[in-house]
Amino acid sequence: MSAEVKLDAKIPDGPLAEKWDRHRFNLKLVNPANKKKFNIIVVGTGLAGASAAATLAELGYNVQNFCIQDSPRRAHSIAAQGGINAAKNYANDGDSVWRLFYDTVKGGDFRAREGNVYRLAQLSCNIIDHCVAQGIPFARDYGGLLDNRSFGGAQVSRTFYAKGQTGQQLLLGAYSSLMRQVAAGMVTLYPRREMLDLVVVDGKARGIVVRNLITGEMETYSAHAVVLATGGYGNVFNLSTNAMASNVTAAFRAYKKGAFFANPCFTQIHPTCIPVHGTYQSKLTLMSESLRNDGRVWVPKKPGDKRKPADIPESERDYYLETKYPSFGNLVPRDVASRNAKEQCDLGKGVGETGLAVYLDFADAINRYGQDVIAGKYGNLFEMYEKITGENPYQTPMMIYPAVHYAMGGLWVDYNLMSTVDGLFVLGEANFSDHGANRLGASALMQGLADGYFVIPYTIGGYLAGTRFPEVNPSDNAEFKAATTAAQAKIDKLLSINGKRTVAEFHRELGLILWEYCGMSRNEEGLAKAKTLIQKLRAEFWEDVRVPGASQDLNQSLENAGRVADFLEFGELMVDDAIARKESCGCHFNTAYQTEENEARRDDDNFCHVAAWEYAGDDDSPRFHKEPLVFENVELSQRSYK
Amino acid sequence: MISKTINLTLKVWRQGRKEPIGRLETYQAKDISTDMSFLEMLDVVNEDLTKAGKEPIAFDHDCREGICGMCGAVINGRAHGQEKKTTLCQLHMRHFKDGDTIVVEPWRARAFPLVKDLVVDRSALDKIIMAGGYISANAGGAPDANAIPISKEVAENAFNAAACIGCGACVAACPNASAMLFVSAKVSHLALLPQGRPEAARRARAMVQAMDACGFGNCSNETECEAECPKGISIVEIARLNREFFKSEFS
Repeated sequence: MSAEVKLDAKIPDGPLAEKWDRHRFNLKLVNPANKKKFNIIVVGTGLAGASAAATLAELGYNVQNFCIQDSPRRAHSIAAQGGINAAKNYANDGDSVWRLFYDTVKGGDFRAREGNVYRLAQLSCNIIDHCVAQGIPFARDYGGLLDNRSFGGAQVSRTFYAKGQTGQQLLLGAYSSLMRQVAAGMVTLYPRREMLDLVVVDGKARGIVVRNLITGEMETYSAHAVVLATGGYGNVFNLSTNAMASNVTAAFRAYKKGAFFANPCFTQIHPTCIPVHGTYQSKLTLMSESLRNDGRVWVPKKPGDKRKPADIPESERDYYLETKYPSFGNLVPRDVASRNAKEQCDLGKGVGETGLAVYLDFADAINRYGQDVIAGKYGNLFEMYEKITGENPYQTPMMIYPAVHYAMGGLWVDYNLMSTVDGLFVLGEANFSDHGANRLGASALMQGLADGYFVIPYTIGGYLAGTRFPEVNPSDNAEFKAATTAAQAKIDKLLSINGKRTVAEFHRELGLILWEYCGMSRNEEGLAKAKTLIQKLRAEFWEDVRVPGASQDLNQSLENAGRVADFLEFGELMVDDAIARKESCGCHFNTAYQTEENEARRDDDNFCHVAAWEYAGDDDSPRFHKEPLVFENVELSQRSYK
Repeated sequence: MISKTINLTLKVWRQGRKEPIGRLETYQAKDISTDMSFLEMLDVVNEDLTKAGKEPIAFDHDCREGICGMCGAVINGRAHGQEKKTTLCQLHMRHFKDGDTIVVEPWRARAFPLVKDLVVDRSALDKIIMAGGYISANAGGAPDANAIPISKEVAENAFNAAACIGCGACVAACPNASAMLFVSAKVSHLALLPQGRPEAARRARAMVQAMDACGFGNCSNETECEAECPKGISIVEIARLNREFFKSEFS
């Protein structure tokens, strides 16, 4: 591909509100009798993957569905807490498709496509209808109708929820639809498989190579189209709110086979997580940001003050968010709250054993409303906090700190959710499409399910109906053989190094580099340093890593080694992207580009685009491409929360 | 978080993938912070084993926040350990004392064949869901979400049953290795909701049959399942399953 390649997002013509309808009409259809002749691979069984696999099977396609866990029900969508947005306007409070669209575009700091986001807002209503039909036990009011709450600073109540387990309930709904199709013989399920490569034949995605995680065997599968729904890459930071197995490998392998990677430096850091306690911490646990509705954030005024919180008088406390942002106070958006917490800790005012935490204090709210009211609102979160930390937040302030939570970046896709490789579709968090530079609360579930239930079933038909497919047989196809051999060679190499350092040690070190230099705030000098450090660490990894066990066995160390090897390459791509984006926007805060109020200062003249990176070989820098973002329906404005 | 460190002796079930029988092996877990979770403690032991040139202990885990249902082991004879309503990943080391000996074994049930060390094959639970743990509603045809009101109480009861994470602790805790609590949670969740009624009878029959076919035992009201369930699923769900099952005989 030449450097002048034009990224065509294929946004349909016409007014915003009519684009999706027109497009659906223009897409070619696959005759019902012919659908069974098409095989589709779906990798991943989270909200996007399970909903796509189930729905494609309902339409009559043959689906092969892969997941890394022992059961599709365990994908990390299960851990989403807060809720799912939909523009139902059941609350009669002024919501509309247009408002959800506008909030999402603005929340993303104007770095997402209007066309995609509008479609998402439209489909949000269909999702809720379908989920209720599936038996999702959403919260209801006394009259039996669905309850809504406001979430993530939205000014309308549009969030549907099932206690603090909305993701679990939505995923189990998609899983049950999926299992119904497995029983019907329309989906073949392959659990405990890890995708190690994408196979491209004659320019089209035609299959995958997976490792059977029980036997260690390499297996190949062919199809007419491949759908990746493999989640986000937050674990590149080592510590994140992601599950342990969440990784970038499938997406990164696809990148190496020609799929462009878009905006990899856009990673959301969530302000209210339980702080790190020690070196061997394996993950960070999110506490719903609804806590900021009643909790007050503070640190001691004096750096290094190690007194117990109760011994620090009011006059010596710094309620820094309330002072700095009088009108929004503790409710500033996620990125602003996170950056400020880090800033206080960098000043030496952090609390707790590590000094990497700030207080979230409920004493005032408990005095005002009574403990019962606070328990009614946050009881389960307080219990969870006490279980993990052993401290009672009714009596002493919570300690919180920001943690990596969600990847807005991902594989570049067009309006059809197809990547730059023909026949490779990417859904959910694995793509980059709808959240711009910052995702709003309760929007990830909405996007995953919109992609799977209501977008891919249409757009994949348009691709399959208009494409001719030569026969491909994995057992005698050169591309399949080459991909399998390469995947096995990498495994053999990892097992043969037999060095002195464990995979976890490398992962921790990579995480610290990225957290320090490519995390909440970035600058050119730091990013340049990070690039060098990552290159050095990667070289050390391939010389000194120790991976015990055998290839032909259940070998969790080997699984991790492969994922960390990819993170070590992908981390550098993130840094490259952060260097190239010489502005601040949403989560990407470069200290050189800020307003007088220390907010992200966008440069819409030069950076109102999607950055898409093309792999150019292991020895060359990735090639940069841009897709200009066109705003015809919203006015670009500067966020301010003072 | 005032952390301290403790030293422990672990007796862990080790069994290779092709070994017909395993054994308990003894390991020392040194300088374990009491703020760690049980799985983080196992991570430390595995790091030590790796550096000593030995093979780490295989165990299933993923979200590490008590919701995915992937982790689980029998700790000193108790599924997920001694704390109530807790998954293994949320069991913290502050509940153990310096010098304790801890026995760590996999789930044991005929329907959960052992894969390796602490990893077992729970695909039988997926087979039970395949048999009928769903509402047959294709995407696209649903009426408006508020078309059918459902009382708050019914919705909450359905939610309580739907909270099951499919970890298999109920099976591991049951002397008969029965999956009744698991089956009843799904049957109850869907039977309570109006959307689930049309298939309720078929669902109850098919899921119980699948449970039997997978080699799970029968329920003899031991209630160990309820005691060990990390999500607090009640045996009321089993009573509801029984009613649905009997009703299905007359439909």
